[in-house]
Amino acid sequence: MAFLEVSHIEKNFENTKVLKDVGFSLEEGNALAIIGSSGSGKTTLLRCLNFLETPDRGKIVVKGETLYDSQEESVVKENELRKKRLHFGMVFQAFHLFPQYTALENVMLAEQMLAKERPDYKQNKAAILNEIREHGQQLLIQMGLKDRMGHYPHQLSGGQQQRVAIARALALKPDILCFDEPTSALDPELTGEVLKVIRGLAEQKTTMIIVTHEMAFARDVADQIIFMDDGMIVESGDPRQVIENPREERTRQFLTRYFEG
Amino acid sequence: MFLTVTRELLGGLWTTFQIFILTLLFSWPLGLLLAFGTMSKWKPLKGLLQIFIWIIRGTPLMLQLIIIFYGPGMWLGYNIWSGNEAGRITATVVAFSINYACYFSVIFRGGIESVPVGQREAGQVLGMTRSQIFFHVTLLQMVKRIVPPMSNEIITLVKDTSLARIIAAYELTYAGYSFMKSAGITWPLFYTGVFYLLFVGILTLLFNYFEKKLDYFR
Ligand SMILES: Nc1ncnc2c1ncn2[C@@H]1O[C@H](COP(=O)(O)OP(=O)(O)O)[C@@H](O)[C@H]1O
Ligand SMILES: [Mg+2]
Repeated sequence: MAFLEVSHIEKNFENTKVLKDVGFSLEEGNALAIIGSSGSGKTTLLRCLNFLETPDRGKIVVKGETLYDSQEESVVKENELRKKRLHFGMVFQAFHLFPQYTALENVMLAEQMLAKERPDYKQNKAAILNEIREHGQQLLIQMGLKDRMGHYPHQLSGGQQQRVAIARALALKPDILCFDEPTSALDPELTGEVLKVIRGLAEQKTTMIIVTHEMAFARDVADQIIFMDDGMIVESGDPRQVIENPREERTRQFLTRYFEG
Repeated sequence: MFLTVTRELLGGLWTTFQIFILTLLFSWPLGLLLAFGTMSKWKPLKGLLQIFIWIIRGTPLMLQLIIIFYGPGMWLGYNIWSGNEAGRITATVVAFSINYACYFSVIFRGGIESVPVGQREAGQVLGMTRSQIFFHVTLLQMVKRIVPPMSNEIITLVKDTSLARIIAAYELTYAGYSFMKSAGITWPLFYTGVFYLLFVGILTLLFNYFEKKLDYFR
């Protein structure tokens, strides 16, 4: 059984079928790229994995643990939902950093909240908070933001904000980190710095799902790729093969449109 | 005479101040609860609260004050508010808190809804609870956005306290007015106005300070 198994996911908004029988699997340490034209359901798929949307059908299994199964009718309590969410991290297209906190505070917040549930929190509060701070600093250094830790989001460039958001998503050590078009909201000259840190994460064997329009990046960094169209997986496989030699007509059309701009 | 008037007005100001501060203290949390209630997905609760807010905002505060102060005595046969000054202030604070909570709830709801959903979702994917998201993510952003409408309401509250005169609470306006009645002099009325102006002036400085304080983020 693979690290992540997603099967038969369906999602409807009112009367539109946004996801139709989507399934794939991902091995630990691998990066999966998802490409496809706008409106094809890529964001909705990531939102389902992060439990921001509930699929109407399907199953999500991580490390053998069933996180979601539409067959099992169950009312999920908020606490259980939170635990499930922690398996996934999410980097949004529009960053969604918390504006009232510095870069470092953004990264530390979730860990601080979680630490409050530790039985030894009261006793070792100072030590625990110190540990969290050091972890946050280390993540920001890894993102190349050593001298930006005390800056507020509005004082940072888009590329820097997105790197803070990546550090924030990494703070809780999710099993699988999801990126939803992480560079689409950035000026072209700022995409490079963000792609570079994602590339770095791939080299460290971070398990990732990356929705992107950067074909060259997807080809070089991903271990497997999925092409989605109209809520379905049309083609999947080796990134180089799919991008350079697509088997499906629809993939070919999409890529032609893409490369001709 | 000037000293006598000053002393009386200061006494009235103290009552005014008590009504003001206690009303804020109660109507803020109550208003927040009402705001959550009107955002509830549970339709009956939402509808009921909307009707309640409509009634409270749609009728004069003075009328509400009269009903709350005299009503219990008429219906129950005994006055739940003790007949002294403290009783009158308490009744005023109750009426004002309910009334202002309704206005505040609308401001709070607007403030909460103006915080982008992405903020809440960012908290959710980080495994934060609903209350953690509210207190650590939404609240401060909401506060920043509601300072201007909130300061309007608070300034209105300062002057609305003078309505307490209708149930004979000895607040600032009553104190100023009493000299006209007893001694036939009008200048204490203007002097009373100065007290209000100073009160509101100090508040305005406070609001500006808050706005500056929250200027550090966008
Ligand atoms: N909350 C929603 N309500 C209704 N329709 C939605 C909602 N979210 C997405 N959709 C629709 O679902 C389809 C897929 O959207 P999305 O997952 O955002 O696609 P992509 O990320 O590939 O551009 C679109 O047609 C979009 O209009
Ligand atoms: Mg999208």
